[in-house]
Amino acid sequence: MEEQFAKLDIRKNENIVYKRTDLLVDRPLSYCPGCGHGTVHRMLMETLEEMGLQDKTIGVSPVGCSVLAYDFMNIDMLGAAHGRAPALATAIKRMWPDRFVFTYQGDGDLAAIGTAETIHACNRGEHFTMIFINNGIYGMTGGQMAPTTLPNMRTSTSPYGRDTNIMGFPLKMTELVAQLPGTYYVTRQAVHTPSAVRKTKKAIRKAFENQKNKTGISFIEVVSNCNSGWKMTPVQSNKWMEENMFPFYPLGDIKIDGVLVTPKAETVKV
Amino acid sequence: MAKIKGDIVINVERCKGCEVCIASCPFSTIAMTKEVNGKGYHYAVKVNDDCTGCMNCAIVCPDGVITVYRAKVMAE
Repeated sequence: MEEQFAKLDIRKNENIVYKRTDLLVDRPLSYCPGCGHGTVHRMLMETLEEMGLQDKTIGVSPVGCSVLAYDFMNIDMLGAAHGRAPALATAIKRMWPDRFVFTYQGDGDLAAIGTAETIHACNRGEHFTMIFINNGIYGMTGGQMAPTTLPNMRTSTSPYGRDTNIMGFPLKMTELVAQLPGTYYVTRQAVHTPSAVRKTKKAIRKAFENQKNKTGISFIEVVSNCNSGWKMTPVQSNKWMEENMFPFYPLGDIKIDGVLVTPKAETVKV
Repeated sequence: MAKIKGDIVINVERCKGCEVCIASCPFSTIAMTKEVNGKGYHYAVKVNDDCTGCMNCAIVCPDGVITVYRAKVMAE
């Protein structure tokens, strides 16, 4: 069927407008179909390729679904203990101030076990980039309730929905660290539509450009789906994310160039 | 008058059949096959000639399996 609509006169090397970047190793990603991790990996590597930073960048991979990020990214990477990626990145950046350092963490890593490291690294104003993938669930271990799980959201450890009287309220890490003086650029993005992906890529580029000026932490939260953990198809989970996650985690910049921006989105009643 | 025409090439062995590209295509150029690839996933294929090379499918693809070509062609 594919050969029927192949346009061989267009299919030439000089007409390529988009192809998978060479900074991603040529091997299949280990993520579930439709997972936002793959898109964020690709945007990150494309940004580094465009800025020409392949040999000057050191990444820190977390514990979680993206623990194997060092297998896919063709740059220097280190694996940190669970939640301790900001501490490791602090050491790398202080030893090697001319290198570009980023951490890539999920919500179980950054917002649960690594809350102390995250907040103190942001408060010290280290000069690296933090990328935070928030899907509201512990995806790798089988969909348990995470600190970022929405109220009344069903997970395998809260089968009747998250009861906020017993289990507390979701943690908005991005709003939290935006209050600290050490952060310079704080934003929340998504990767479910083409326009959202383009905005995320711009945010990643801005974060790496901030590292050149040594102005403080750039913190990018990416609201992502977890279709396996949420028990939905990828397209359904993207729709569910738009309807339920975005009212609670509104997209947009929260702090630009060290100045808080007034959030325009509404908050949801819990 | 010159028109912009595009073409996509999908690496079917890497496709995981998540269908995110289908939701993002403005011209319904992509559809899923009934056949499966080596890993057992239904994969995406191009099913009509309306592609303009807008890159939406390639940008949202989590596995980066889509290569996009674009060229100006003279209308017949």
